[in-house]
Amino acid sequence: MSKRAAAALVAGAMVAVLTACGSGGGSGSADKGSGHKLVVGFSQVGAESGWRTANTKSIQESAKKAGVELKFSDAQQKQENQIKAIRSFIQQKVDVIAFSPVVESGWDTVLKEAKDAHIPVILTDRAVDSKDESLYVSFLGSDFVEEGKKAGDWLVKEYAATSGDVNIVQLEGTTGSAPANDRKSGFADAVKGEPKFKVVASQTGDFTRAKGKEVMQAFLKSQPKIDVLYAHNDDMALGAIQAIEEAGKKPGTDIKIVSVDGVKDAFTAMSQGKINYDVECNPLLGDQLMELVKKVKAGESVPRRIKTEEGTFTPEQAAAALPNRQY
Amino acid sequence: MSTATATSPVRAVTRSRLFWPAVVLVVLLLANLAFTPDFFALHLRGGHLYGSLIDILHFGAPLILVSLGMTLVIATGGIDLSVGSTVAISGALACLHISESTDPGSLATVLTALGIALGTALVLGAVNGLLVAKAGVQPIIATLILMVAGRGVAQLITDGQIITVTSDPYKMIGGGYWLTMPFAILLSALVVLATVLLTRSTALGLLLESVGGNPVASRLVGIRAMRLVALVYVFSALCAALAGLMVSSNVSAADGNNAGLWIELDAILAVVLGGTSLNGGRFSIGGTVLGALIIQTLSTTVYTIGIPPETTLVFKAFVVIVVCLIQSPVFRAKFAARGARTRRTTRSHTAAPTNREVGA
Repeated sequence: MSKRAAAALVAGAMVAVLTACGSGGGSGSADKGSGHKLVVGFSQVGAESGWRTANTKSIQESAKKAGVELKFSDAQQKQENQIKAIRSFIQQKVDVIAFSPVVESGWDTVLKEAKDAHIPVILTDRAVDSKDESLYVSFLGSDFVEEGKKAGDWLVKEYAATSGDVNIVQLEGTTGSAPANDRKSGFADAVKGEPKFKVVASQTGDFTRAKGKEVMQAFLKSQPKIDVLYAHNDDMALGAIQAIEEAGKKPGTDIKIVSVDGVKDAFTAMSQGKINYDVECNPLLGDQLMELVKKVKAGESVPRRIKTEEGTFTPEQAAAALPNRQY
Repeated sequence: MSTATATSPVRAVTRSRLFWPAVVLVVLLLANLAFTPDFFALHLRGGHLYGSLIDILHFGAPLILVSLGMTLVIATGGIDLSVGSTVAISGALACLHISESTDPGSLATVLTALGIALGTALVLGAVNGLLVAKAGVQPIIATLILMVAGRGVAQLITDGQIITVTSDPYKMIGGGYWLTMPFAILLSALVVLATVLLTRSTALGLLLESVGGNPVASRLVGIRAMRLVALVYVFSALCAALAGLMVSSNVSAADGNNAGLWIELDAILAVVLGGTSLNGGRFSIGGTVLGALIIQTLSTTVYTIGIPPETTLVFKAFVVIVVCLIQSPVFRAKFAARGARTRRTTRSHTAAPTNREVGA
């Protein structure tokens, strides 16, 4: 019992410290704004991946650049922490609340409280599953279906001149997760027009390097002919590259690789010609978020759904972008 | 254990404890043959062996190590849930040290990294051991603490990022080859062999079994149970750390979030499939190795047969249930008894005794 209490105490203290850090940093640059500065409360999912860390950094830097006071809180992947943070934002009467929901459901009560306090809410990166659409003003984030579609479109173009079968193996993300489902369906839609594209094997690699490598090794043995690998994220692609090399084949040449995310390690691999095409899933949505915050505060109407600006990369573009890649 | 253990037909069944896991493993492998005709083919590619069987051993190596440590812990009547976190921590520590050093390719750097990882595991194992043996905390609770906190520690070490390392000596542990075989297979075979020798050619194995079987009686005959129990947790942590080094070395990257995730459950399953009871007491290292290989073969089967990811877990659960049922003496006896009864009704009365012997 006392152990649990101690743990709760520590967790509580951590949240308090983090919040304090955020507000402290914000007020430091707030001096010249003379009280009319916008105050934004932001609750992040956690720091579970490089992608997320880059996401956090982007939001913090953009806030500073835009002269917005940011109250930042890290939920450490727990919904209760996030709800606590949002309640504290409401008490502090921030101008706008933004957050990346840890999970999809269970937000109605706390969002209702924000609505009653007349504080607009913006969702970033992940959506909530709520019947009452008035609870938030906008959702800013990636379109995973679109990402899958871009990967498929590239493939169609790349193999436009080929008439024979193109055997594709697919490394899926964590089964049931939104990025995995959507990237799969977007890709399938893009290639379904041409029967020469055949997905001969598709398995989950759980978004991890180790699993990506393991599954790819099995594919290499069970499939007599593999032309293309489509990976739902870069980490799995990087694992698969190792498997392909160990099988004595050349990734990028013997087996063409198309992947999603655009992390630094993948760009390095691309500059070596091991990945042929990478669809960006952009964590750097800070600038877009700040723009949106200002519009919301000014009372302008904003779209319900805003997609992050995302590009695609060929090996040449990746090699050029590599030195400035932040994550 | 019931008193029936002493009678000879039952002893025959216990002797076949290794037999049933082996049968399951062979059946699984043969099932693959039906879908991939050259499943058993081994080629020499680029100076090393290449084939599905090698893959199973290669990817199964970390699980074998973790399960090995788990077997001894379970033999003393305990359980170690913290192995997955230890896997993540050791990989993270080693990769962090290598990535920060000025000369990541040197043997000295890698040896220091291994030292740091294994040394930390020693401490973690000792903490588990002391909590269980000295403080008398229930094993499941004591190791749960490290299971939860340890993953956080691993993420703290890696700063939530994936640390990529380029170091040839480090890659050797999990991804390298020696004498045409993956080094990881040789390493885990060595550890298994050493453990078998240590527990079976000395009294250590017997002492562990007696502590697990009846702690009070063992104390009364003068076995220092406390020290033994603490020791198996240290051993388990060291095995897990070695597995963590293999996992991270194999992909040349440390992932604090996902490395060794849920491996504790796979390890427990491997131990159980291998015929060691969770109640403690008698243990079978050979059975555990077979159990771990069954689990890995199952994963490979899923990939090669092309079972959709959505149904993978159901497929695995089904196989595991079948294996557990086959291994249950009670179930087998019921099954055999029914078979014997039907045969007895059709055959003459004199044939019955022989049937009974076969059935038991």
